[in-house]
Amino acid sequence: MTMSQRQVLQVFETYQKARTQFVQMVAELATRPQNIETLQNAGVMSLLRPLLLDAVPTIQQTAALALGRLANYNDDLAEAVVKGDILPQLVYSLAEQNRFYKKAAAFVLRAVAKHSPELAQAVVDCGALDALVISLEEFDPGVKEAAAWALGNIARHNGKLSQAVVDAGVVPLLVLCIQEPEIALKRVAASALSDIAKHSPELAQTVVDTGAIAHLAQVILNPDAKLKRQVFSALSQIAKHTVDVAEMVVEAEIFPAALACLKDPDEYVRKNVTTLIREITKHTPELSQIIVNVGGVAAVVDYLGDSKGNVRLPGIMMLGYVAAHSENLAMAVIVSKGVPQLAICLEEEQEDHIKAATAWAFGQIGRHTPEHARAVAVVNVFPKLLNLYLDTKSSEDLQVKAKKALKSILQKCTYLPALEPLLYEAPSNILKHVICQFSKVLPHDSKARRLFVTSGGLKKVQEIKAEPGSAIQEYINAINSCYPEEIVSSSERFFFNRYYSPGYSEALLERIENYQPI
Amino acid sequence: MARLEKLFSHLENIKEQYFLKNRIAEENRQRENEAAVKIQRRFRGCQVRAYLRHLHKNATLIQKIWRGFTARELFRQRVNTAYFIMKMNFYNKMAVKIQQRWRGYYVRKYVHNYYARKRYLEGVAKKNDLIRRDLEEFAELQKRERERIALEKEEQEKNIQAQRLHFLLSTKQCPGVFNSPFRAEPDEMELRLRRVKPRSAPKERKTPKMTPDLSNLMPNRERLPPIHKKPQGPFRPALEVQQQRLRPLEPSLRVATSITALEEAREELKRQEWRTRVIDQTFLPFSNASQNKRYESLIHTITPFEQVAYGTKHFREEPKECCQGKKPFKTVFTTCHVFDKFGRLYSNAGNIV
Repeated sequence: MTMSQRQVLQVFETYQKARTQFVQMVAELATRPQNIETLQNAGVMSLLRPLLLDAVPTIQQTAALALGRLANYNDDLAEAVVKGDILPQLVYSLAEQNRFYKKAAAFVLRAVAKHSPELAQAVVDCGALDALVISLEEFDPGVKEAAAWALGNIARHNGKLSQAVVDAGVVPLLVLCIQEPEIALKRVAASALSDIAKHSPELAQTVVDTGAIAHLAQVILNPDAKLKRQVFSALSQIAKHTVDVAEMVVEAEIFPAALACLKDPDEYVRKNVTTLIREITKHTPELSQIIVNVGGVAAVVDYLGDSKGNVRLPGIMMLGYVAAHSENLAMAVIVSKGVPQLAICLEEEQEDHIKAATAWAFGQIGRHTPEHARAVAVVNVFPKLLNLYLDTKSSEDLQVKAKKALKSILQKCTYLPALEPLLYEAPSNILKHVICQFSKVLPHDSKARRLFVTSGGLKKVQEIKAEPGSAIQEYINAINSCYPEEIVSSSERFFFNRYYSPGYSEALLERIENYQPI
Repeated sequence: MARLEKLFSHLENIKEQYFLKNRIAEENRQRENEAAVKIQRRFRGCQVRAYLRHLHKNATLIQKIWRGFTARELFRQRVNTAYFIMKMNFYNKMAVKIQQRWRGYYVRKYVHNYYARKRYLEGVAKKNDLIRRDLEEFAELQKRERERIALEKEEQEKNIQAQRLHFLLSTKQCPGVFNSPFRAEPDEMELRLRRVKPRSAPKERKTPKMTPDLSNLMPNRERLPPIHKKPQGPFRPALEVQQQRLRPLEPSLRVATSITALEEAREELKRQEWRTRVIDQTFLPFSNASQNKRYESLIHTITPFEQVAYGTKHFREEPKECCQGKKPFKTVFTTCHVFDKFGRLYSNAGNIV
């Protein structure tokens, strides 16, 4: 080997070393967000692109890794990747190269697809789906994980993309991935199935047809928290669409094992379990019955007690759905001590949408029979609901729900001590119902009549102005006819003196008690 | 004749009388006629009336009988219908009673069973309690498990720390950092340092990581010339080097058998015998058949092919005095390790084929 030959080859050596170093440094810098702006301004995309076609495989892989990290950061860079025509090259080499390169290429695809539906569509358009499906059939679990993640990101955005992913035949392979021993792979496969199934009932049915539910159910007992999050999220996305699918999820015998996960230390696992239970109970009374029989209501009530903030929402909605189906189930919710817990939630939570959900749940529980209304009234929830309805700062939705709940409970409530405070503060449309209830109960109960007078309720009723002939006037007449005339028509001052004097005249009270209304 | 004369005297009288009587009769004729007519009239009337009366009586009788007959029939019919209506009323009332009972039972049992509902709600409450208890226990267990794992991990870390700082152990002459003479007793770290063995040289980690892809090291393109000027000798291919480095232990048979292999084999045999041997008597088919059989040698041979007694019945002569005190014959021989590594060494030196 002559000197000049060696010198020539030396030049190439130096260049290769320089390229390797450059690409490795760029990849390392791209891990920190503050560098990415500078990198972008320095034109890193145009420099990295030819390195993808480099002769040395290590440089290719590191260049792909760097590109992936850049595209991951924000969507401008991802668009630059798409516009720079890099995707077809990546897709082509996805089919050919070794597994490190496949992992890096799948990472780039996933980073590009995650930002918006258009970018995901661009990824699909360059034929990435077939290449990703082939990668899913590889042996190496790292490659499978990267491919599954990319497919999940594509399918996440809308139903059309999900349909495209499903048409490429991905779902059976994902179900196989769930059965693999590596936890990261299971996680990603479960998350991808969740993203696919969430858009429409047909997609959920496709996922179910490949037997995904049984495998997802087996994974529930795994101790890894993030995996459980994804699995429960997948099951709830599947179960939310139709009754049949929800029944199949329940038939997979996930209860009572899923209830044990309600005590998991990870907050999101608990939230996802509660979401799953909510989606199941939403559909029919029979499904709610199954959940109640297995003790799910008690578990959810305890969950509401343990958690705070936004994660309570699925639990509250679940109690509402269960109670809405029939009065048996509402009574079961009451027996499981759900009502005091809901009152605590109403007290503690500040967000409007959670309060609206709580008000709705109360309405569903209390609207069936007087027993139910009494259970709701006893926890002193009427004043709070009234405040929510009247508060100007509450959102529209909250006001509407609070009013509906109040109305539906009041129409069945016969528990007078809870109704009395409402006499003083309620606006006229609520007052109508309160008076109506009084007029139904007072004619039959003499003790209640006595109490009504001594607590000043009768006086308040007299003060109400109502048009003659309206419904309120009729109710007021009905109440007045329960009492002897002197009481009713006596002057205000007489009444005032009598009322505020310490010993309310016993004789008067005796008369009231013995008076029989016609 | 006298009578005739008398009679002719009377004749004129008679004629007068006759004409008188005729005149009287003529005068009375009208009256008598009318009287006779009257009498006849009356009499005929009576007759007819009697006849009519007779007829009437008979007709009445017939009508009476007939009317009685039809009326009795009607009456019987009416009695029947009244009876029928009474019966139907009775049956209706009984049917109402049955239906009442049945409807009450049905509604109470199938449509809204109060006691079943009560029992169901009690069952729900009990189940809830059970589930709450179970979940709490489960949460407790999990928490304890996690705490235990955390504690163990902490222990491990402290031990590793102690291993690394083993040089801070105090000696007799010089108390260490953690064993200040002013303290009543040494610090926990000091005790740990005493307990723990110092860390040996970092062992070669068996690569659980992936083996680096060797196709990277051998691109199927033109290789660049070597970096060093002086060639350093024929190198083995990299694959072989890797295989050598990661070759697992290949112990010889002697090393691989445990020291107590013989005893273990005996134990195993004993166990097997204990398991399988049910009857102690060996099965001898037709017991007397072969006891006294002697082998009859062929005529063509001269050597007796009997069983030689030496070797089975006795081995050697009685022990001589010269062998007394000597150690018994060893049955185990020490191995020679000449051919243990044959063909398995990295270098090919000594593999003279």
